[in-house]
Amino acid sequence: MPFEWFVAIRYLREGRAQTALILGGTTVGVAVLVFLTALISGLQRSLVAQTLSSQAHILVKAPERLARPLPLPAGSAAADRVEKTPDRIRSIEQWQQVLDSISRMPGVTAASPTAAGAAFASRGEASKSVAVRGVDDETYGRVIEIGPKMKAGRFKLDGTSAIIGSVLADELGVGVGDKVRLTTPEGRGDVFLVAGVFDLGNRDVNERWVLVPLRSAQTMLDLPGGATSIDVKVADVFAAERIAQEIERRHGLAADSWMKVNEQLLVALRSQSASSYMIQALVVVAVALGIASVLGVSVIQKSREIGILKATGATTRRIERIFLIEGAIVGAVGSVFGGGLGTGFALAFANLARGPTGEPIFPVDLTPGLFAAASIIAVATGTAAAWFPANRAARLDPAVVIRYG
Amino acid sequence: MADGSAPAVLRLEGVAKDFGEGEACTRVLHGVELTVRRGEFAALIGPSGSGKSTLLNIMGLLDRPTVGKVFVDDRETGTLDDDELARYRGRTLGFVFQFHHLLPEFTALENVILPMAADKGRLDATMQECGEALLNLVGLGKKLHAKATQLSGGQAQRVAIARSLAMNPRVVLADEPTGNLDTQTSDEVFALLRDVNRRQGVAFVVVTHDSRLAERCDRIVDLVDGRIVSDRPHQALR
Repeated sequence: MPFEWFVAIRYLREGRAQTALILGGTTVGVAVLVFLTALISGLQRSLVAQTLSSQAHILVKAPERLARPLPLPAGSAAADRVEKTPDRIRSIEQWQQVLDSISRMPGVTAASPTAAGAAFASRGEASKSVAVRGVDDETYGRVIEIGPKMKAGRFKLDGTSAIIGSVLADELGVGVGDKVRLTTPEGRGDVFLVAGVFDLGNRDVNERWVLVPLRSAQTMLDLPGGATSIDVKVADVFAAERIAQEIERRHGLAADSWMKVNEQLLVALRSQSASSYMIQALVVVAVALGIASVLGVSVIQKSREIGILKATGATTRRIERIFLIEGAIVGAVGSVFGGGLGTGFALAFANLARGPTGEPIFPVDLTPGLFAAASIIAVATGTAAAWFPANRAARLDPAVVIRYG
Repeated sequence: MADGSAPAVLRLEGVAKDFGEGEACTRVLHGVELTVRRGEFAALIGPSGSGKSTLLNIMGLLDRPTVGKVFVDDRETGTLDDDELARYRGRTLGFVFQFHHLLPEFTALENVILPMAADKGRLDATMQECGEALLNLVGLGKKLHAKATQLSGGQAQRVAIARSLAMNPRVVLADEPTGNLDTQTSDEVFALLRDVNRRQGVAFVVVTHDSRLAERCDRIVDLVDGRIVSDRPHQALR
């Protein structure tokens, strides 16, 4: 066994109370690190997943039309205000080629065309304002996972079938197998058979969305062969804005990422992460100070022994390494105990409160990466914290400490 | 006992040592010339404050002289940096202190092995054998695995002697090795030092206040106010 490891391990083993103290501090520190990170990332993942349950990661639309004032003859006056052009529902030009190009972009996992517009859904005397979304069920299901969120029926669109939200179904008093009439403000419409009822966890969506086959929507909205938007799903949700900008640059279309649409949510998530990092940084500093102070006391107590080791041939580097290794061992062992304790806390917290579906209200993310990161931080903190005492030990003058202690 | 033709293992040339700076500067050693030869057993005596410990520290390469040179095994040590000095010290010199200064976390055997491990950078089986042999030599073959804290004062000092011999040194420097022991144990430890000296040919320089013990050495060096005032063979040897 290397000399430094032999001495460091023995010092830790024999310094029972001191070792227990710094190990306890490190364990608690790592436990807080693991628990907080697991909880915050679990909550954020759940929040983002909830937000994106009814929303494409990127929504690609035709660009906004801008009014272009005509050039005026010299000497004539003009109004200083240019009114915005009233925008009607428009299809993306050459949307099939655009869809194909977007689908092949790196980072994009699915893309689906949508023909969307406003309509009234009526049954008997009941009538509700709805958002008609004509989609291709196969590709749309890959962008927004509706299948697992069906309350009744199946997510399958053909002919004149429609899938409606659970709140709308309640308000119209319809279920699977019933018929509803959809009429656009322009008076075009058709009768659709309710093939399924979904619950996407968003009241507004559940109240307003009516999904119909793409071709039916194109006819009803007077968009022959057209698509008003392309819904895009990406592999890394936090890369959505970058990919959206790339789509805008390549195709000259308007592409809104979920990050842009939910800017306030992102700000909240970032603030939450920042405060969590701040707490974790303070915990790391507290642990480092604990290790440094206890090892510092240990160096003072062992001054004479260090002098003897130096007198009998141990170099300053070997002495320094003994205390650095002590710090690293404390960090490593503390990360194992702390990882276990933090995991226990996190799982207990997740089991504390559950929603009606049995899902934890406070979900936690316990990943191998989290434990690896916590271990690296703990070992690095232990070693860094030991640097000052190690340096002090290495600089001790053996002649002085042997004589005076 | 060494004769005048034995090779010098430790040599001091014009060694002076100052402490403090400016007006507070005090010279505690003045041009000390001293040669220790192989197999010699010398006593370094002198009143308190005469500079014995300072001289011993310089001889032991634990401190550097302000002026002068220290040769160990004919190598001038002034050019060595701190780490080279530590390694050279470990390989050529042994120390026995007034208090045994054993490391309490370690067993008697481990205390003896540590200088070897510090030199090689690791522990191995040959060190274990060597440590056992040394503890047998000092009569502690049955206390190999006793913690330093479980040994009596005399036993601990014997372990310290075994430790000082671990690296097969040229000279062992002993700073009042019996100063903390009762008379009987003192005699036993001193007898052990002499026995090792005679059997292994290791030179010893022993600082002592005990004139009775000094009279049992081959040579007596008397230091007063940082100067060697007499350096003579023991009367019985003249």
